Amino acid sequence: MSYILIIGAKSDIAKAVAREYAKHGYDLYLAARNAHELHKFARDISVRSQRIVKILELDIRDFKSHHFFYEQLEEKPLGTISAVGYLGTQYKAQTNFHELQRIVETNFTGIANLLNIVASDLEQRRHGFIVGITSVAGDRGRKKNYIYGSAKAALGAYLSGLRNSLHGAGVHVMTVKPGFVATKMTAGMDLPERLTAQPEDVAKVLFKAQQKKKNEIYVKSVWRWIMMIVKVIPEWKFKKMDI
Amino acid sequence: MYPKIKNRTFVFNDQDALKSIIAKPHEFIPYGNGRSYGDSALNNNIIYVKPYNYFIDFDENDGLLQVQSGVLLGEILEAFVPRGWFLKTTPGTKFITIGGAIAADIHGKNHHHEGCFSECIKEFKIMLPDGKIVSCSKETIPELFCATCGGHGLTGIILSAGIYLKKIRSKYIEQTTIKTKNLEETFNTFEEYYNAPYSVAWIDCLAKGSQMGKGLLMVGNFKKDNQLDYKEKNKFSIPFHFPSQALNNWSVRAFNWLYYNKIKEKISKQTVDLDTFFYPLDAISHWNRIYGRNGFLQYQLILPKNNSQEGLSKILKIISDSGKGSFLAVLKLCGKSNENYLSFPMEGYSFALDFKIEKGLFSLLDRLDKVVIEHHGRIYLSKDVRTSRQAFEQGYPQIEAFRKFRKRHKLGLKFQSLQSKRLGI
Ligand SMILES: Cc1cc2nc3c(=O)[nH]c(=O)nc-3n(C[C@H](O)[C@H](O)[C@H](O)COP(=O)(O)OP(=O)(O)OC[C@H]3O[C@@H](n4cnc5c(N)ncnc54)[C@H](O)[C@@H]3O)c2cc1C
Ligand SMILES: NC(=O)c1ccc[n+]([C@@H]2O[C@H](COP(=O)([O-])OP(=O)(O)OC[C@H]3O[C@@H](n4cnc5c(N)ncnc54)[C@H](OP(=O)(O)O)[C@@H]3O)[C@@H](O)[C@H]2O)c1
Repeated sequence: MSYILIIGAKSDIAKAVAREYAKHGYDLYLAARNAHELHKFARDISVRSQRIVKILELDIRDFKSHHFFYEQLEEKPLGTISAVGYLGTQYKAQTNFHELQRIVETNFTGIANLLNIVASDLEQRRHGFIVGITSVAGDRGRKKNYIYGSAKAALGAYLSGLRNSLHGAGVHVMTVKPGFVATKMTAGMDLPERLTAQPEDVAKVLFKAQQKKKNEIYVKSVWRWIMMIVKVIPEWKFKKMDI
Repeated sequence: MYPKIKNRTFVFNDQDALKSIIAKPHEFIPYGNGRSYGDSALNNNIIYVKPYNYFIDFDENDGLLQVQSGVLLGEILEAFVPRGWFLKTTPGTKFITIGGAIAADIHGKNHHHEGCFSECIKEFKIMLPDGKIVSCSKETIPELFCATCGGHGLTGIILSAGIYLKKIRSKYIEQTTIKTKNLEETFNTFEEYYNAPYSVAWIDCLAKGSQMGKGLLMVGNFKKDNQLDYKEKNKFSIPFHFPSQALNNWSVRAFNWLYYNKIKEKISKQTVDLDTFFYPLDAISHWNRIYGRNGFLQYQLILPKNNSQEGLSKILKIISDSGKGSFLAVLKLCGKSNENYLSFPMEGYSFALDFKIEKGLFSLLDRLDKVVIEHHGRIYLSKDVRTSRQAFEQGYPQIEAFRKFRKRHKLGLKFQSLQSKRLGI
């Protein structure tokens, strides 16, 4: 059956997504840094689902490698899902260019560069889909994480533009905003239980929504309401708030 | 759930990470998916094992499945029922981990034929306090095996296990339901249907006098119709906590009455899918919310067969006189006990019920403990938060051997739960 390419495949969310697609009969390309660490996981999927799983090395900040990376895939994937992300340290990124650059390249430029390549192939084949994981942090900048947030906002704008651009070719693009998810990115943070999803929840919701060709989704629907409110607070008030 | 405590949670991705966690100078207790009702998985520092959940290998020839210990039984079903395999032993929920299944040496509706979970284990790997990983089977290290199966996390962190699955040819169960009039008839019916692979009874524990112990016995066996397409169902969720008064005597009575009277015939047959048969409560997520915010606790006891009739009559009477109702009362005939130090089942009848936490409950349970001990029975550690050290010790004659084993291997310095401290395990 068709392949799904998952980039940032070592992320907890990506792993749950990989299992979900394999469960539904898809074969997988799992791409990550230090991808050899994924061998046991690949075995897990093939024992569970009896699907083919291939492991590929990819550093999303190594822009020059992207063309070769995509070319080496013998059978081109039907769908590409990006879970790559880097939260970084806000205060550090305010003074240190390398941290700023790392946040922006990991969350935005790197992904955009790779998706450009994928998109042009899909456009020619007039078939397939792309899913990008952004964040509610991109819906409105807050003092706690506005550098990460702005990179995610950039990815969001990129994905909506891509959706618009590929629509005519019958290629679908979906944006996922997970809200809080219990993963290694958030380990140790004290997250409110009702607002926090498990990676498996994200995977189920993402799969279903992608199959239904949804455009933009929140994983837990309360987040839609929360962000609607956060977005309508007038700026003169928002700037004084501590959220 | 009760009790509620604040704790620090440690997670690990690989053995090295786990090793450096347990090298810290703290006490720990492994935590699977938290489906035990008691305090056996609780302490200030818990090691959360569920995310450690890779499938490792499967052998189609003999059904040997190797998994890491955080894998849920439900994940195994999802992957293997469609291929015609099922668990040899399963409890009444599929949302427990392999580690939890081993540590509680869980029993299912087929205990009278197949015994506890430990019967299906080829071997497991466990990390000991010094970080060493040992491969253990009943043949190679019998002491460690017998202490770990049923040992409630007190012998180390189980990392992975090889378990045998069994072949099935359908996801459907042919179920026979027999309506019984009183306790004696319920017991007799269990014996009459002894050969059925699976059996369990729901008891109306508020029925009094000559009706005491009436209920529905359900026995079942897998069909052979080759229908194996098994998918996860949508869950019905109880969205909020019921007000505490909702579960008063009358609503419990109404529930039992409805359940009992829904079935008109003395003996009836149904075809149900395996989820309905094995995991009725899993269909309702957050079902415990029906008990209100104070939560509830579960009490499960087992009495030797010879004393079951007398002992359970007393227990049912105490409960029905108290009016503290149970939403569920489950009676089960178990087979022979095994050699594990702290496994719960023995040849006789096990009885499990829920109680809403309210004033007077703990003294009621102390009275039940007394009856259990007088009749040479025991209570199930997986469900316990409150029993006394004395009642516990009398029920588990091998506790001294277990304590010595813990001492000899310095396990007590590293692995403790609130329960093990409370009961001096
Ligand atoms: C609706 C329902 C029905 C049930 N029906 C039955 C039944 O029919 N029969 C039955 O026997 N039980 C039954 N139970 C109880 C349940 O099966 C056990 O309590 C089981 O141990 C829970 O597993 P868990 O993974 O949730 O573990 P937890 O509840 O998190 O932990 C249980 C124990 O296992 C230990 N443990 C967990 N993981 C490991 C590990 N990796 N290494 C070492 N120790 C570990 C913990 O320290 C603790 O002592 C039922 C529970 C529910 C909620
Ligand atoms: N968890 C949440 O609450 C939450 C909320 C909103 C959005 N998200 C987003 O969801 C996605 C998945 O996050 P997660 O929670 O699963 O956290 P995660 O485990 O930290 O996932 C991020 C992944 O990105 C990979 N990555 C980082 N830099 C990379 C690079 N240069 N090249 C290739 N891969 C790189 C990481 O790989 P390594 O393993 O090699 O470091 C990691 O696997 C991210 O985009 C995140 O921003 C998460």
